[in-house]
Order: sequence, then C-alpha cells, then structure tokens
Amino acid sequence: MSAIEMIEKSQLADRPVMKSGDTVKVHVKVREGDKERIQVFEGVVIGMHRGGTRASFTVRKVSFGQGVERIFPLHSPTISKVEITRSAKVRRAKLYYLRELKGKAARMKDTSKS
Amino acid sequence: MVTGIIGRKVGMTQIFDADGTVHPATVIKVGPCVVVQSKDMQTDGYEAVQLGFVEETPAKTNKPTAGHFKKSNVPATRVRREVGLAPGAEKPNVGDQVLASIFANGERVDIVGTGRGKGFQGVVKRHHFAGGAATHGSMFHRAPGSIGASSFPSRVVKGMRAAGRMGGKRITIHNLKVLRVDPENHILVVEGGIPGAPTSYVIVRKAVTMKKLKVAQVEKPKKGKK
Repeated sequence: MSAIEMIEKSQLADRPVMKSGDTVKVHVKVREGDKERIQVFEGVVIGMHRGGTRASFTVRKVSFGQGVERIFPLHSPTISKVEITRSAKVRRAKLYYLRELKGKAARMKDTSKS
Repeated sequence: MVTGIIGRKVGMTQIFDADGTVHPATVIKVGPCVVVQSKDMQTDGYEAVQLGFVEETPAKTNKPTAGHFKKSNVPATRVRREVGLAPGAEKPNVGDQVLASIFANGERVDIVGTGRGKGFQGVVKRHHFAGGAATHGSMFHRAPGSIGASSFPSRVVKGMRAAGRMGGKRITIHNLKVLRVDPENHILVVEGGIPGAPTSYVIVRKAVTMKKLKVAQVEKPKKGKK
C-alpha cells in the first residue's frame, strides 16, 4: 500500500453505494452558534465524481419551483448519513439534462426493489 | 536531539478536519535516517550532524564515499544531509537512528528542497513582467522592452532581469503545519505544497522563525460604572 493510500484510508467514511438517478436524503450537520443540528437535503443524484477522499456527488432538487443543486464531498465528516430512498433507470452517468426539464418531463422510471 | 530529518516527497492529497474543513496536504516519507557523521566545535567550528536517508535500493558508492561510511560503520546511503541540533540538547551518537517521532502534530516545520525546473523562460513567466496588449495592433506582446538608455551608460546595468533558466533551485518553505505523524510507517503529512516533484528529496526541519500563535484577547470587565 502506498503512503498516500494509507493516509487516505483513514479518511474514508462508510457511505452506501450510490449512482446517478438515485433519490437520496443527505443528513448534513449544520452549526448555528455553538449548537449543532441535522438538516436533510433530499433530491436526485445527478452525478458522482470519483477520486478517493476527493470524491463528491451532486444532488438536485426543485424547491418552490426553483432548482437547487448541492455538491457534497462524499467523505466529509459534516455528512452524518446518506439514505437512498429510490433508484431510477437512467442511461447516462451525468444527468445534467434534468436542468432543462421540469414537471412531468423530469420523471424517471423507478427501479428500486420495494 | 536533532532538529531535522531527510524525507522524500510522495505526493499530495487532502485531509478533512472534524468540522469538515478540507486541508490540502503533502505526504512525505521521512526517514529512517542514521547519523553518519558528528561535527563538533573543535574540528569543524560548529555543532551539527550528518544524516543518511536509509532506502530499500542500495547506494552506489565510489571509494572516497565508501571510506566515509566505513569510518562511521554504517551502511552507505544515497542521500546525506546536514541538520542542526536543538540548543542544549544531547548530541546523538554516530549510528543512531532518527525517526519521524521528532515531530508532533500541530508543530510548525520548514521544508527545504529543490524546486521543479521550468527550463528557459521569458520575462513574463520568470519575472512577472506585465507584457503588452494582445490585440489593438500593439505589436508588443511578451518582449522585455527597453533594457536601458543609449550612449550613457553604453552598457546594460548589472542585475537587469532577463529571460533565462527558471526553477530547479533550492527553495525553503517556512512554517508549514504538521497534520499527521506516523512514526511506524515513517510518514509525515504537512499542510500545503512543498518544493519539487514527487520522489524528490527534502529536508524537514523544525521551524526556525516560529510564528506567534494567535490568542483571542479577553475583554477586561470595566471598572466602576456599568
């Protein structure tokens, strides 16, 4: 094992296997003054960016008719938990085309086994 | 105790803080080093030790170098560097090991190494000249411009900045923070970048000009009237 892998290994957090098209609930720790609380950001994963500790993922949701995207570092200690609520059939790794679609057109076919 | 150690740059990565802050980090393989020579006041005029960087690949030596190592009775190493001693500290003996454990988390260190060579570069890259306008027919783009007056002094003043070889020189980066120390695996992680390409040799030494730590000032309660 190389020295960099050894350093990075201790940094990696235990995250579920996500892929583009999954609907996820990201539990983010938010600091307000000296208090800490959990905020949930729910949306569709529109892209995963690999790369050891540098890995990140982009989550998109539509909030009050306004599209909102957040890029989370996958192994950040500010993320307490990631839940996958739904998986959809998609044919791309990056779902940037969803930005142009809204309403009915932005739906995706469910593949989650429930 | 010695104040420095020889290391080899491994590469860069990033380290998360507990609050999610990301720090750029350089991983350095430091040591194990052996003391090859001890320099003292009487024979050398100053106190220092020469360290050898122990590596897996055996060192190729010529006869004078082999003799130098034979004198101290340690196996030959490819890289040797001199490091100072902490004031008032006990001097290590020849053949003693120096490990990453001389550093602690959060400590400040200086890194001395050879920077990457950039080759023959123009004045814009080498000396940050502004250059000319790219468009509007200026016809002056990255040239140095005038380098002096004409009949007086009839020569170019010494030290005039010009194009030439850039980089590949000894560089010292001061006061880098130590993020991780792993003495078992001989690994040191410092915050930020260090000179040279991966696999280049560096000296890691305790910071010579310690930055004062910022301490939050406590407001004194006002006397008398509230």
